[in-house]
Amino acid sequence: MAAIYSLYIINKSGGLIFYKDYGLQGRMDTNDSLRLASLWHSMHAISQQLSPIPGCAGIELLEADTFDLHCFQSLTGTKFFVVSEPGTQNMENLLKHIYELYTDYVLKNPFYEMEMPIRCELFDINLAQAIQKDRVSYLGR
Amino acid sequence: MSSRINDYNIFCVVGSDTVRNRSRSLYAEEGSREKMIGAGKMKQYTNVLDKPLSKGRQEVSLSGFAYLFSELVQYNQTQVDNIGELERRLEDAGYAVGVRVLELLCHREKGNRRETRLLGILSFVHSTVWKVLFGKVADSLEKGTEHEDEYMISEKELLVNRFISVPKDMGSFNCGAFVAGIVRGVLDNAGFPAVVTAHFVPVDGQQRPRTTILIKFAEEVLRREARLG
Repeated sequence: MAAIYSLYIINKSGGLIFYKDYGLQGRMDTNDSLRLASLWHSMHAISQQLSPIPGCAGIELLEADTFDLHCFQSLTGTKFFVVSEPGTQNMENLLKHIYELYTDYVLKNPFYEMEMPIRCELFDINLAQAIQKDRVSYLGR
Repeated sequence: MSSRINDYNIFCVVGSDTVRNRSRSLYAEEGSREKMIGAGKMKQYTNVLDKPLSKGRQEVSLSGFAYLFSELVQYNQTQVDNIGELERRLEDAGYAVGVRVLELLCHREKGNRRETRLLGILSFVHSTVWKVLFGKVADSLEKGTEHEDEYMISEKELLVNRFISVPKDMGSFNCGAFVAGIVRGVLDNAGFPAVVTAHFVPVDGQQRPRTTILIKFAEEVLRREARLG
């Protein structure tokens, strides 16, 4: 049983730059993940326009019957979102932590090209550790 | 020294009006006392060489450094056609740092003395230079087993490589070339010409390889060392 099904990072124009799935549920092929990413990007933008609250930053949490979708948008427009089991707690902190890892191991890497798919070994290693830690604390709860 | 004498003279001139009618000895006493009080506040050095070298700020922002270094690598990448040249350019950038670091540290930490023996200069690099640049001494300093003229400084995680993942297609390229350049700059200017290179060395049971700075001294250095005994 995994708390997190999958993790997506999309750049400011809606292109998927990172996708990873954890566990067996909700597994997707490459085309589907790309589609979901750009779909989410558009929905997020529309939600900002439709929201009755002025200055709304877009959807942060989408609750469905079989999953929750937590989204975090950085100031530069990069969006991080995880699909998780319904009712999973503490996802905001995990997303912030992933954002931190992204700024450290992706943006400070001279071989990464902005807005392009992320292929950084250190990011993968540290992300795996963060997810593992989250999973352990989830099981502990 | 000259600045202190100047300050004293200035006091004499300013003070002479008020103390004109006092005895000579009192005047002198007054003068010396005033000078002692002033000594602590004396910040206006007329000559830059009189000024003690400051300890410097011991810490700078790691993020700031990481972004700057990342830009350095990216800029140099646009100027070269192959990896070897990129490595050489990073090394040259480091060399300029090494030259300055040697001069500064000899003056500040060693009381204007410079190491003249091989082991002395190596431990100077391994501890003093490393501590000032990276906030810690290097993980290890070893002598090469195969060659007499080779020494290695190893780091589990080199500071410049902390956030850098080298893509697979760049082979064995290591941004530690910059640090190798610093070491070469220090050694070269201390009179120990050497070829210094940075390599990734895989470690058993570790996901990440460590970085080894390989120092190969010039023949003349070893000959001189042998003569000195």
